[in-house]
Amino acid sequence: MGSMTVQTRLTVNGQDREWTLDARTTLLDALRDHLGLYGTKKGCDHGQCGACTVHVDDRAVVACLTLAAQVDGGAVRTVEGLTESPGGLHPMQQAFLDCDALQCGYCTPGQLMSAIACVDAGCAGSTDEIREFMSGNLCRCGAYQGIVQAVAKVHAAGHGRS
Amino acid sequence: MRAFTYTRARSAAEAVSTFATSHRDQPHYLSGGTTLVDLMKLDVEAPGLLIDLTGVPDLDFVREEQGELVIGALTRMNDAAHHPLLAASCPVLAESLLAAASQQLRNMARIGGNLLQRTRCGYFRSVEFSCNKRQPGSGCSAMEGVNRNHAVLGTSDHCIALYPGDLAVALTAFDASLSVLGPDGTRTMSIHDLFVPPGDTPNRETTLEPGEFITAVRVPMTPAAQSSSYQKVSDRSSYSFALASAAVGLHLDAAGTTSEIRIALGSLGTVPWRAREAEQALTGTQLDDAAIRTALEPEFRSARTTPQNHFRVRLAVETVLEAVAAAQQRMG
Repeated sequence: MGSMTVQTRLTVNGQDREWTLDARTTLLDALRDHLGLYGTKKGCDHGQCGACTVHVDDRAVVACLTLAAQVDGGAVRTVEGLTESPGGLHPMQQAFLDCDALQCGYCTPGQLMSAIACVDAGCAGSTDEIREFMSGNLCRCGAYQGIVQAVAKVHAAGHGRS
Repeated sequence: MRAFTYTRARSAAEAVSTFATSHRDQPHYLSGGTTLVDLMKLDVEAPGLLIDLTGVPDLDFVREEQGELVIGALTRMNDAAHHPLLAASCPVLAESLLAAASQQLRNMARIGGNLLQRTRCGYFRSVEFSCNKRQPGSGCSAMEGVNRNHAVLGTSDHCIALYPGDLAVALTAFDASLSVLGPDGTRTMSIHDLFVPPGDTPNRETTLEPGEFITAVRVPMTPAAQSSSYQKVSDRSSYSFALASAAVGLHLDAAGTTSEIRIALGSLGTVPWRAREAEQALTGTQLDDAAIRTALEPEFRSARTTPQNHFRVRLAVETVLEAVAAAQQRMG
């Protein structure tokens, strides 16, 4: 039978991790409060804003509505895992800088994770396609034009499966 | 969020037996969690035991079985929507899935859980308001509140919350059936028997018995399902519940006479709404916009609108016209 605490084994950015957490803990809170990975942001905490978007087994999901217990055996990738070296930039991060795709930056980690999934999924062929794919990520500064440009730029450069 | 116990079912049978032996713990099945975890954070749902179904094997598939398209209940919305067999044989299903939610939520939510998302409104989600669905007998804040997005069909004096799902509307148009597993074994039920309007018991939304869960969805692969379309009108073009939606399927004979038409209305009722009277009136006729408008009128005889939401009746009619036009194009 179950338990109020749950043991979870998974990988985060390629590293093996094991958690024993209160069953209520979301993947978002586990990443931030238990691993100290603060790149993934808590916005609405209800799946409406996309600031907490991470990849689980190469799929973009919202970490705030994902129970940590449900990721047992999975592979999680966060914004901290986009590059091997701390100083380096992923092509999408570089494109966000080049295209002025952020202002305050709070939504940016989630935008990046969705943007990379968008290119990897082959859904960045047109502005409409990009906008639809990225609709779960809100930017209250309104940097959408730059974000769409950045995604299109990375797609045009052929940086898939990054 | 109330503390709960979590357990991961390794088989469908184990899930059912765990539910049956723990009924005192207020058990609840969990799949993608996109509605349930949200409502638990709001203290609207407070199960004592979550039985995670996502590890149950063999329920993640799309395939053809004896003229039916069969979708495993644990298939992710995105995976189902992009499956070539589904997209080719029932485009209305793919369109309804892709019109719903966001990319992230479609990666999480499963087909069975999508159908069983709660019929809900903002007052249901906010514990500071009275809500007959959340707390039977407490009243309905929506009646005199902000109700622009609430139901106009199938309502009662107790609840006007909308069934907001898209996929269920398409399934309603095409007479889907559901495979259901529970303590008494498996059974098959029509999608038409799943959802119940609020009546005096708005807290009860489906006919599923405690401990039952959907294992598969079955859709007859017909010519009308192939020439089908789902159209959705909402305040935002993406990631928004519909103000009105329509699922339509068509089959015309060589002379252009309608031998079959299917129409279901979404985001208008407390349950997905099949427009059978309109279908009957239009069968055997040549379709034109005026005839479709006239045929749809009886569907709204029972509509109860408010000054904020009455525009959605007309919007629904226009949405059906768009869906018919799109389905006609699919006839080639």
